[in-house]
Amino acid sequence: MMKRLLAVFIARNKEFLRDRAALGWNLLFPVLIVAGFAFAFSGEPAPLYKVGVAGEVPPSGFFTTPHVQFIAVDDLAAAITKVERHRLDLLVDIGGARYWVNDESPRGPLLERLLLGSDNAALRKQAVSGRQIRYVDWVLPGVLGMNIMFSALYGVGFVIVRYRKNGVLKRLKATPLSAIEFLAAQIVSRLWLIVAVVVVVFFGTHLFVDFAMYGNYLTLFLAFAMGGICMISMGLVIAARIASEEFAEGMLNLISWPMMFLSGVWFSLEGTHPLVQKLAMIFPLTHMIDAARAVMLDGASLAAIAPQLGVLLAMTAGFLAIGAWLFRWE
Amino acid sequence: MTALIEVENLVKHYQGVRAVDGISFTIPRGACIGLLGPNGAGKTTTVEMLEGIKVPTSGSIRYQGEPLGAKFRREAGIMFQSTALQEFITVRETLRMFRSLYDHGVALDELIDACALHSFLDRDTRKLSGGQRQRLLLAIALVNDPQVVFLDEPTTGLDPQARRMLWQLVRDIRRRGKTVLLTTHYMEEAYELCDEIIIMDHGRIIAQGSPDELLARHFHDVVLQLPKADFTAGVLPPLTVLDCGDSVEILTSAVTETVQQLLASGVSLDRLRIRARTLDDLFLELTGKELRT
Repeated sequence: MMKRLLAVFIARNKEFLRDRAALGWNLLFPVLIVAGFAFAFSGEPAPLYKVGVAGEVPPSGFFTTPHVQFIAVDDLAAAITKVERHRLDLLVDIGGARYWVNDESPRGPLLERLLLGSDNAALRKQAVSGRQIRYVDWVLPGVLGMNIMFSALYGVGFVIVRYRKNGVLKRLKATPLSAIEFLAAQIVSRLWLIVAVVVVVFFGTHLFVDFAMYGNYLTLFLAFAMGGICMISMGLVIAARIASEEFAEGMLNLISWPMMFLSGVWFSLEGTHPLVQKLAMIFPLTHMIDAARAVMLDGASLAAIAPQLGVLLAMTAGFLAIGAWLFRWE
Repeated sequence: MTALIEVENLVKHYQGVRAVDGISFTIPRGACIGLLGPNGAGKTTTVEMLEGIKVPTSGSIRYQGEPLGAKFRREAGIMFQSTALQEFITVRETLRMFRSLYDHGVALDELIDACALHSFLDRDTRKLSGGQRQRLLLAIALVNDPQVVFLDEPTTGLDPQARRMLWQLVRDIRRRGKTVLLTTHYMEEAYELCDEIIIMDHGRIIAQGSPDELLARHFHDVVLQLPKADFTAGVLPPLTVLDCGDSVEILTSAVTETVQQLLASGVSLDRLRIRARTLDDLFLELTGKELRT
């Protein structure tokens, strides 16, 4: 028995070690993950408290308290919303001699005491209320976005490569079906499925998790739909020529995993290395999640998320053009 | 018969290998042409160029006098050697999908009757037997009511019953006036179905004509077969005696004289069999290889 077991063990080891792509991926992938995280969080540790300041930040007193990040605020209304949602612990308007605090926030009253105890007693309190944006509220748009990404990339990219490998594409090539018609059918089919799944998951989750949704449902739908089209188009670029499922899987992993970690699915990119934040901008997932979060957590309007939608539209056009140009039936 | 497809000086190179090396032939309208050759002879490459799947390195293919184009794709029916179908869909759904790709075609009911698909119409395409799968692939090839049908080794791997059923379907296609180009490993199949055969080797055409014409051109003898144990004569000059394992084959154009010679040598003729030369013999003679190697 041991002899047979050993024979199979050796054969399997040889098979694995001689498959350069699989071996490379297995060695490289964990190293890339660790290196990526180490680089992303290589800066100063995140501050414990966040205080918004409208007007010039005074260089003394409360405003020099350690472990508090003082953030210059231009849009007072948006900053007040952040206090309501617990995303700013305190907001001070220097010119208007007033401050906003959310008494429901555990950190706000503590900072309020520090503020008033540092020669700022003349400031008028503006109480706001609003429930905290919990992690689940924050992460949900990211998780939905990630689901869309995997469904789009693998559902289109991987499937087309399999069709090419097993001859389905060859058979279709022999019909009057044009490449554009075929690709359009793939996009529409996958988009419909993605949208249907997102709607079901969104409302299904809402039945047992009371997550925040301050914006318009149609605007959110548009953000997810445009992100979906963009990532399906990205999948078409991957699938344009590859005929090996193993290679396609490697390529899809290479794209999807960095996107999953660096597009703000699980954690905010605020506080990460500036290069990471810039790198994240090349991923469509970043723009889709930003737009969805803005709609869900801040009640952003269509006009407010227009920049993210514009980037997604431009990326989609680019991916479609490259994908259609590169595409080969065989 | 007028030419439906004209092939002129067709060449295909693959990284320094001339898979197809300057072949020319015509396919008359309504004919069934068989393309034969050992593995690597270049027949599948040739067929795939004719089907518009592969682009020739040089040479020309004309369909009804014009280069292959949209008209050809509308009017050609193709059954590849191996085709995967989309999974998790039924035979009926597959037919509907392919039918929708063409503006003109046959009614599905007619096709279902013609290819005997009734008994497994609602079955997932992954769960078909070899014969059922080939009948479905043939039906897909016919879904657009094609003028020309390409059948690339349609019966490979089928049992004799399924093979004969497919032959009958091909005869029905021919009866409807369609032109057929068939590649096959089975000489019997080529003999049964084809008006004309083209034998290829090393990318070139080495013989072309009707099966009977080719046999008459190359052979003037018949084969006497005897179990080796019965062939006690050893040699039989000036005739050629082939050692075929458990039997011997004697090639002769004068059967009566050879039989008398065998009797004179004391050979028992109780188990003697006489057969005419076949396309298998022709193939072996021309290519020096067994067809299925």
